[in-house]
Amino acid sequence: MFKTAEGEEIFIIDGHTHLWDGSKENQKNIHGGQFIDCFYGYHTALSPKEYVWPKEKFDKYGAETMYNDLFVEGYDDMAIFQPTYLKDFYVNGFNTTEQNAVLKEKYPDRFILNGAWDPRDGEAGIEALHELVEKYKIQGVKLYTAEWKGASKGWKLTDEWAQRYMAECVKLGVKNIHVHKGPTILPLNRDAFDVADIDDAATSFPELNFIVEHCGLPRLDDFCWIAVQEPNVYGGLAVALPFIHSRPDYFNQVISELLFWLGPDRLLYGSDYAIWSPKWMVEKFMAHELPDNIKKDKGVDLDLDAKRKILGLNAAKLYGIDVPAHKAKLSGTAPAGAEEKTMAQVAEVLGD
Amino acid sequence: MTLHVTSGDPRVAEVWASLASVTDPELDESVTELRFVTQVEVDAEDRVHIGFRLPTYWCAANFAFLMADDMRVAVSSLPWVRQVLVDLRDHMYSDTINEGLAQGRSFKSTFSDEAADEDLDDLRRTFRIKAFQRRQEAVIRHLLDRGWTVQAILDLDCPHLATLAIDDPEAARQRSRYLEIRREFGGSGDMAFTTAQGEPVDPRNFAEYLSLLRRVRINTEFNGHLCRGLLQARYDDPAPDGEPTLADFIAGRVATGNTGGNDGCRK
Repeated sequence: MFKTAEGEEIFIIDGHTHLWDGSKENQKNIHGGQFIDCFYGYHTALSPKEYVWPKEKFDKYGAETMYNDLFVEGYDDMAIFQPTYLKDFYVNGFNTTEQNAVLKEKYPDRFILNGAWDPRDGEAGIEALHELVEKYKIQGVKLYTAEWKGASKGWKLTDEWAQRYMAECVKLGVKNIHVHKGPTILPLNRDAFDVADIDDAATSFPELNFIVEHCGLPRLDDFCWIAVQEPNVYGGLAVALPFIHSRPDYFNQVISELLFWLGPDRLLYGSDYAIWSPKWMVEKFMAHELPDNIKKDKGVDLDLDAKRKILGLNAAKLYGIDVPAHKAKLSGTAPAGAEEKTMAQVAEVLGD
Repeated sequence: MTLHVTSGDPRVAEVWASLASVTDPELDESVTELRFVTQVEVDAEDRVHIGFRLPTYWCAANFAFLMADDMRVAVSSLPWVRQVLVDLRDHMYSDTINEGLAQGRSFKSTFSDEAADEDLDDLRRTFRIKAFQRRQEAVIRHLLDRGWTVQAILDLDCPHLATLAIDDPEAARQRSRYLEIRREFGGSGDMAFTTAQGEPVDPRNFAEYLSLLRRVRINTEFNGHLCRGLLQARYDDPAPDGEPTLADFIAGRVATGNTGGNDGCRK
């Protein structure tokens, strides 16, 4: 919970978090090592110095550290888990629904658990999706279109099987489709993070919401273009937001474009924890003001109303969270004193 | 390999100077300014060895290939050079790319399976247009900041833009880069500012047009910030503020042998 100087409580839903294991023991091959190293590059390049972790901690920080960073030290009220399996790189996967579910079970009011699917799993994956819905009542999925699978280095939402999975999501009420569309890495020539396939998916499935994580950056122009046409397309600010610290002028330009094209109702805050810690990001975002020339130039403002929506209200709407009722619930739940056993179970499952 | 070179060898400086003209296609910045090149050596057979690196293990292979190939071509044009050997390090396709280049193969044939429909010339052109738009925006913005009217800006021709007194060094740099690319795009006329297709800009839609250019710039800068930060985090080299420039290399203020950057890589 963040309190303004005037005493107003801002309800915060962190739209993009993970509990990962990138440790050496879990790395299957050089790709697993290079993947977590690349994340660490983002972490050290864009975090304030006092928030930079040693590499070892970054590789595997565990459930308790996560809970503490988000809800005790940090201002998050709730957080959405976005799993990234990467089973070709990591023995037990990098960040799976099952791992995340352990924390969700312990703190059911704190977390929103999302699943994932991969159209290359064919019929078996459809079954697995049904199981996820039955077991965890998920309302959303995270899709990582550049994930490797054997010889395949990625897929697109326009693929035939992806269409079938989305049709299944409509049937099952899994309505929030978070798609990673971020900075370029492999696959080779065709960039699987290209944002263009969102256009087709959003038109074909108007019942679904497409939250484009990282706003398609660096393809912000493509993303804005698509989002203007498609009312069910949203922008997740993870990776754009940390620029607020090291490159505030640059952040102003990005956020003003987004506010201009999408408006404050279709943007979602996300820390991308543990790449970045939510504490400093929320503080800086709340303190941030757009310079007058940008406000005038683009006719947009990052005022308190916009901040409220971006930090929590927009995500609450997508996930059906009744904010006042949920706030009351959270203030009534003491973080489980009699649950030491459960925490031990958490540690066991995560192999801490 | 046996290398016979001292940093005082003027040929090494020549190589650095020609490498400075090679750009990262996406960022439109020089590969030496970006600190991608870590090593230049000339051996007894007049062969040039160039070591280079990228911000991540995952950087797109087509960009990596393109840059390496551009380096090879640029340095090969020096009259005394017998062969150029480019060595990309710490990249997921280091071996494939280095081998392909050494055999003088194209990107397509180097990555036959995965790159079946890739055309590097198309890619190069796409990014060249973006560079045109981005530099144009910077120059226009500078003129607007100095109180120029939209009409005066649109009336400007190339010779006048080229000789305009610009006191801000960054703006002057942007202008000279823009004028360079202006020769390739913007039509055959003399008009300083046209669309990339050579059409005149309609003053009534000027704000929209500028907004388009601006988005192109924001995208490019995102990559630029990220790449510099990632390179720094990956190799933990001397601070980015004091990063060596071409002048430093030529003046011998930076060791031009293997600077050890490669050894500092986490494996």
